[in-house]
Amino acid sequence: MTNTLHRYGTTETLRNDFIVFAMAGKGYNDEGSLDKARSFLRAAIKYQPINMGNALVNSLYRPEKDLSFIKLYFTGRKEKTTYERLIDEIPAAGSAAVVFDDPVRVRDFLRDVKALDLGLSVNVSALVDDVRDICGEVDITPHAVEYTLGFHGNTDKLPDSNTLSLSTMCGHGMVSANFAKKMLDRVKEGRLEPQDAARYMAKFCVCGVFNTSRAMRILRTVGKGESLG
Amino acid sequence: MNISKEKCVGCANCVPVCSVGAIYIGADGLAEINRDACVECHNCHRSLSPEYLPSGITRLIRKFLTLVHLRFQPDPDVCPTDAFQPEDLEWPRIVRRAFSDPMVTHESTGVHGRGTEEVKTNDVSGRIKHGEVGVVVEFGRPGISTLFRDVEKVTTALAEHDVVFEAGNPVTQLMTDTNTGRIREDLLDERILSCIVEVTVKLDDTARTLEALKRICKNSNTVISIGVSTVCAENGSDPLQEIVRSEGFQIGWAKLNLGLGRVSNPSAIAREASS
Repeated sequence: MTNTLHRYGTTETLRNDFIVFAMAGKGYNDEGSLDKARSFLRAAIKYQPINMGNALVNSLYRPEKDLSFIKLYFTGRKEKTTYERLIDEIPAAGSAAVVFDDPVRVRDFLRDVKALDLGLSVNVSALVDDVRDICGEVDITPHAVEYTLGFHGNTDKLPDSNTLSLSTMCGHGMVSANFAKKMLDRVKEGRLEPQDAARYMAKFCVCGVFNTSRAMRILRTVGKGESLG
Repeated sequence: MNISKEKCVGCANCVPVCSVGAIYIGADGLAEINRDACVECHNCHRSLSPEYLPSGITRLIRKFLTLVHLRFQPDPDVCPTDAFQPEDLEWPRIVRRAFSDPMVTHESTGVHGRGTEEVKTNDVSGRIKHGEVGVVVEFGRPGISTLFRDVEKVTTALAEHDVVFEAGNPVTQLMTDTNTGRIREDLLDERILSCIVEVTVKLDDTARTLEALKRICKNSNTVISIGVSTVCAENGSDPLQEIVRSEGFQIGWAKLNLGLGRVSNPSAIAREASS
């Protein structure tokens, strides 16, 4: 889940982007962790996370492996599965992750997770001050913190900042810069709606940590020719 | 990964999808993969939705549409003919997939993705202790890729600064000597999407290590993402933030381990009790 550490963007675009994930430490608390991971994900359903996954099965947004001409052009595509189906499918705990775009939902979810006392390690990736505020509200003292210090080395190889703001939402690099750029260009040209472009990109992020709400915000702003700040 | 010449119709949907830009349209108008650049992440095969159209008819339709100045344009996440064919990978190429496909679990650590737990499970593992800082150096991210040869240039330079490479890390497992940071010779020319090197330093050494790291990174052929972690004080504050700021880094995005983990494996409980 270092894949959630290096999200790129201005403070303004990173606001309201929260990834909460639970995982077990190998050899410490991994026995019986599948049921606990499922309980963690089920507890999130009440707060309607905008994405969910655990990297061992495809996320809430997923490719369709049974696509046909009829489905594509007549009956319509089914690009998002249900929370329940995803939870039933996971074969092991992995990194059970949920994404929110609202700090109030994060707060309420964390309050429930704390009460559940699952014993899994729970992490939140977001703007650090926002997480600390939430921790204060639910009376949780963080155990450890990890800061991103950004990109170094041959940064000339990086794509432009708008593209990077989208592609880094999948830290495993499965939303390629070229695909994010294609989605941005199509929205700018009026050939694709922001929600469709966000959905297409989310399907490539197998961990389910791609924030479709943030992607739509970015796509709308850039699509109108405005700066992300 | 291979693309079937019999099935591909040259729609080019897969070209931008490739995580490292290794797919291109060849002289015959069909998609091809640059095998040197391909990192075997399987993103194309896994995440494109195959439509299973017959390739012969689809090619005819494409030609007809081109004649009347129209374009055959499937949805951007669709491969119309299911043209991708994964191959059985052998050593050393198989290492590409282990470090590039997020759905593959590293045999050395039992963790999928890049194979590290770092501070995410620190509340049960105690990997980073009070007064220590975990430094996470990631090569090739985001979507740039790297050769192990370029990783080794940094690990050997880091080793000269007396850092301790994390034993439970997939890159450390590929080192022939953790004192020198040397990586197995047969892997040096393998290209991977990204990998993480983890070192632990004393809190007092953080500034010195970060300055050295910045110097080392300047000559890198790839992009390097850096992260630092530490254990919080009893009131939840941490001494790292100030150090990082004083080194000229901006603090914003971070990951917090909330400390809700608990050792529960009977063998781990017994181990703790005996120690």
